[in-house]
Amino acid sequence: MMEALTMGKYGAYVWSSFALTLIVMIACVVQARSRQARIYKRIEARLKAMETHE
Amino acid sequence: MWTFFHKLASPPHFYRIAAYIIPWLAVSGLLLIGYGVIAGLFFAPPDYQQGDAFRIIYVHVPAAYLSLMAYSIMAIAAGIGLIWRMKLAHAVAAGAAPIGAWFTFLALATGAIWGRPMWGTWWEWGDPRLTSELIMLFLYIGYMALRAAIDDVAKADKASAVLALVGAVNVPIIHFSVEWWSSLHQGPTLIREGGPAIEPEMLYPLLANIFGFTLFFGAVLLARVRTEVLERERRSRWVRSLVLGEAQ
Repeated sequence: MMEALTMGKYGAYVWSSFALTLIVMIACVVQARSRQARIYKRIEARLKAMETHE
Repeated sequence: MWTFFHKLASPPHFYRIAAYIIPWLAVSGLLLIGYGVIAGLFFAPPDYQQGDAFRIIYVHVPAAYLSLMAYSIMAIAAGIGLIWRMKLAHAVAAGAAPIGAWFTFLALATGAIWGRPMWGTWWEWGDPRLTSELIMLFLYIGYMALRAAIDDVAKADKASAVLALVGAVNVPIIHFSVEWWSSLHQGPTLIREGGPAIEPEMLYPLLANIFGFTLFFGAVLLARVRTEVLERERRSRWVRSLVLGEAQ
C-alpha cells in the first residue's frame, strides 16, 4: 500500500499528474454543461417573453 | 452514404442523434480510462531507467495526443466550413477549441511535472517540442478570443477559420520536432519504425487510455456542438418547439 502511495520517490509527481488530469476532465464536463444550461435558459426566456408579447 | 451525411448535417437531426451517442461514448471512454489508470498505476512494471515516474506517461501521452487531434479536427472542420459554407462544420470547430485548449494545458503541465525529476527542470525555453506545444495553447486561446471578440457569428466563423487553418502548420512541427531538432524530450514511443518501444504490460494500459480519452473527447465535443447548434438555430422553428415543448 505504502509502495503504491510513494511510487518509489516519485509519488508527489505521479499523483499530482493524475489529480490534475481528473480536475481537467471534470472542468471539461462542467464547462460544457454550464454553457448548455445558460444558453438553453436564455433561449427559453426569450421565447417566453415573445409569447407573452404576442 | 451521401444522404446519411447530408441528413446528419441538418441541425435538428444532428441535435437528436448526438443526444443518443453522447452517453455511449462517455461510458465506454470512462471504462477504458478506468482500466488504463488502474493497470498503469498498479500493474505495469516500473521503467528500468525512470522507475515509477514513467507512470506519468499514462496521462501525459493521451493529453498530448488529444491536443494535436483536437486541433486537427478544428482546422479540418474550419476548412470545410470555409469552403463549403457548412454551418455545422463551424460549430464543430468552435466546440473543439476549448477542449483542445484544456488538454494542451494538461500535456504541458504533466510534461513539466515529469520533466522536473527526469531532466532536473520544469521547463526549457530552447526545447522545440515544449515551445511548439506552448504555441499550440496560444493558438487555441487566440482562436477562442477572436470568436468572442466578433459579435456577428458568420464573420466570427470566417475569421477564426482562417486563424485555425494558418495555425495548422504547427501540428506537424510539434509531431516531428523531436526528430528534426535536438530535444530534451524523448523520441516517439508508439508511432516509430520497428513498432512501439514499450513492453506489452506497459503498452496496453497506454493504448486503453489513448482510446478512452478519445471517446471522452468525442462525448464532450458532441455536447459542445449541440450547444453551438442550439445557439445558432435559436430563431428556428424546431428550437422553438423543442424549448417550449420541453418547458411545458
